[in-house]
Amino acid sequence: MTVNWNRQNYRGEIPEEHPAVLALRRDKASAVLEVGTSCGEVWAVVPPEEAVAALTLLRDDPALQFDFLSDLTAVHWPHRAGAEFEVVYQLYSISHHHRFRVKVRLAEGKSTPTATGVWATADWLEREVFDMFGIVFEGHPDPRRIINPEGFEGYPLRKEFPLEGRVRW
Amino acid sequence: MARQEIMTINMGPHHPSTHGVLRVILELDGEVVVNAVPDIGYLHRGVEKLSESRKYLQVLPLTDRLDYIAAGSNNLSYILAVEKLLGIEVPRRARYIRTAIAELFRIASHLLWLGTHAADIGAVTMLMYTLREREDILDLIEETAGTRMMPTYFRPGGVARDVLPDFTEKIKAFTRKIEAKIPEYERLLTKNRIWMRRTQGVGVISREDAISLGLSGPAARGSGVDWDIRRDEPYEVYDELDFNVPVLPEGDIYARYMVRLEEMRQASRMLKQLAEGLPEGDFIERAASKYVYPEKDRVKESMEAMIHHFKLVIEGLAPPAGEAYSTIEAPKGELGFYIVSDGGPKPYRLRIRPPSFVNLQSLLTMCKGNMVADVVAVIGSLDIVLGEIDR
Repeated sequence: MTVNWNRQNYRGEIPEEHPAVLALRRDKASAVLEVGTSCGEVWAVVPPEEAVAALTLLRDDPALQFDFLSDLTAVHWPHRAGAEFEVVYQLYSISHHHRFRVKVRLAEGKSTPTATGVWATADWLEREVFDMFGIVFEGHPDPRRIINPEGFEGYPLRKEFPLEGRVRW
Repeated sequence: MARQEIMTINMGPHHPSTHGVLRVILELDGEVVVNAVPDIGYLHRGVEKLSESRKYLQVLPLTDRLDYIAAGSNNLSYILAVEKLLGIEVPRRARYIRTAIAELFRIASHLLWLGTHAADIGAVTMLMYTLREREDILDLIEETAGTRMMPTYFRPGGVARDVLPDFTEKIKAFTRKIEAKIPEYERLLTKNRIWMRRTQGVGVISREDAISLGLSGPAARGSGVDWDIRRDEPYEVYDELDFNVPVLPEGDIYARYMVRLEEMRQASRMLKQLAEGLPEGDFIERAASKYVYPEKDRVKESMEAMIHHFKLVIEGLAPPAGEAYSTIEAPKGELGFYIVSDGGPKPYRLRIRPPSFVNLQSLLTMCKGNMVADVVAVIGSLDIVLGEIDR
């Protein structure tokens, strides 16, 4: 038995035809830098300054209704000059049962606006990304470390952070 | 007007009712909670960082130790993400076995929750009963996987070994037993006046707040969010099973209690169907020889099998570059694994989306304006596991 990973409205392999991509292109054409697909899941890259507007659009569009922020995380790509960090938003719609992924690419030391105004879930998830990667979310109400202790130096999930033998706790 | 003083007290991390090492900094106005700030990270083991230096199969035992009450569910979500990256088929028998193990762990997790939650509120007897039934599940897991709590039983493409011939009979016997026991639990609690006074109307969270704060699983369904990944995005063989999703609109501790009790009954219903319908066949996809260990006997006879075995042990399985996000309905809520592969034998990035971590965010919304004694009840009703929160 094969599992149908694609849900509901979208069944193809062509990311351009995903309803979320179509909606973004229609209402906010400047917001889509790139779209792609992997394992049947579609993602779009948006610039940091357009991120909150694009996410709000995806949440409020009646045909999409991505009202649930499933996950927010980051990936470190130290060899991609000018786009070392990728912040990844996993969106889900409780009424339509479909998923979509939004990525924001950032250069080392650059920040991105907070999504806490769009989903309250983003609060702790952004704190964790800050804690682990050192990415600053502008306007975050409580920008503290969450898992590592206060006063911890470094950002563990960056690739240059060694697995063992640097700090003693 | 009387002078108001806010008192700050520290609850945990060694408090027995915080289910591990959760520390909550409470700000109280008399006995009323004004603010509750959870302080987490005491159990941080760096699982996400560790995973980047381990091969895909070596990551599997780490996932057992996230939500250690329902280790089978963690295995399942991780394996589904890896299979998605590899794009391999899984035999129907293996899917049935995996679904059955996941549902057994759901009942085990809910049983432990019920016992500890009731003990937190003062009904200590419950824990003795629920642990007794949980032991039956752990015995069954031990017979099947070899270990009680940390089975590490699933593999990309199937399961590690076939179940014993009496597996289905034992599941059926267990469902008969648990269905007789749930009414006994209910007789102790459901109409118990102390229980009702402690839980009804306490720790209320509205549907809108629940969705915005990312509440998932039974905690969300207790607030009227009609959403269950098993039904709405079926994975494994859930689309072949007949079950109901309990949803209650009240949003208080009592509603979450009723939802979880009903989920145990539904899980038992599913287990019966799985035991009835367990198909014959292979328990692992042998055709995916690049990703699946060959049978031990064949390694000594066939050269290809020997090569595959050698390469899998030395190099590990390497999925093509890409990324996959798999989510399942774990006993505590939506459990997701986001794996980014660069084509190598180790995950480039592995992100765990733990339900307990996200669910704990709504603690303040649930506690605000309630009594300090209710904080313990609210934490119990959220059903958190710190191994999963801190990772």
